[in-house]
Amino acid sequence: MKNPEKGMTLIVKTITRLTVGLILLYGIYIVLHGHISPGGGFAGGVIIALSFIHLMLAFGKEVALKKLSQAQASILESLGAIMFLSIALLGFLGGYFFFNFFLHKGSPFALFSAGIIPLCNIAISLKVGAGLFAIFTVLVLFTPLEINRFNKDNGNNSNK
Amino acid sequence: MELQLLLLFMVFAAVVAVQIEDLLSSVIAVGAVGLGLSMAFLILKAPDLAITQLVVEILCLIILIRATINKDLPLIRDGRWLFNTISTLLFIGIFLICAYFAFKDLPKFGQPTMRVAQEYIDKGLEKTGAANIVASIILDFRGYDTLGEATILFTAVMGVLAVMRKVGRIKNEKS
Repeated sequence: MKNPEKGMTLIVKTITRLTVGLILLYGIYIVLHGHISPGGGFAGGVIIALSFIHLMLAFGKEVALKKLSQAQASILESLGAIMFLSIALLGFLGGYFFFNFFLHKGSPFALFSAGIIPLCNIAISLKVGAGLFAIFTVLVLFTPLEINRFNKDNGNNSNK
Repeated sequence: MELQLLLLFMVFAAVVAVQIEDLLSSVIAVGAVGLGLSMAFLILKAPDLAITQLVVEILCLIILIRATINKDLPLIRDGRWLFNTISTLLFIGIFLICAYFAFKDLPKFGQPTMRVAQEYIDKGLEKTGAANIVASIILDFRGYDTLGEATILFTAVMGVLAVMRKVGRIKNEKS
């Protein structure tokens, strides 16, 4: 709200301020309940990325990049990938790749059950959410002005 | 019956997406195909796939609209529409004839040829403890496949970040 010209109109900004937290919370819910109800790491990660994209579309890119900068998104994505791979490698404690190394799997339909599956869901959601947000950020920051100059340069080069 | 109607709607929307001249309308028609696919997954009782398809479709629509909203590419038309139409119909006919003979030998709908799938359904809950059988298959029994999918996404993100980067781009200001 510091710069009223940035982003969309006041109506969109107010609605966004009310709903963006709920969208983020719903993404986290889908990730954490991925082994009980439909959903899982991929869908939840995309919903988390969509909440940040919602913020960026409504308020302009500075506000969203202050919440989660591009370098932080890169680090989070690599962290998710390393976490997923290390969970898979920890399976060698029990003998083979992707071994479910928790012996007490808990009762079904409980939140803390199913061994490594919730941990894998969290890792995949970090990777997918941060990766898709990084892709969107790069596509937005690559402004049409640069594209026009790029096209004009190419046209000049071909004319020569 | 609803599934066939949805499939017809998706085919119609895909034809519209190819044939329409406005680029933004074409993107919205592609979105209609994706939402129809999401509803088809719901009818086939696969809510996991329906959620993923819906969410990814919305993300792709946002990116596509954001990328195409300022640019309108001219449609190239040449005068050989008779030849183009006849060749298109010919290839569609050849495809339909080949598909008629090929699809007769496929197993029937809902009857998999793999015997191991029935074991996953029977033993999934007691072996992994996950109530959602899709999660127990993609993250426990078939963890290798999920690892490959994660690698594909990681490589795609790295590729986009490398192509679109600011650092190291050659500037030719004077031309």
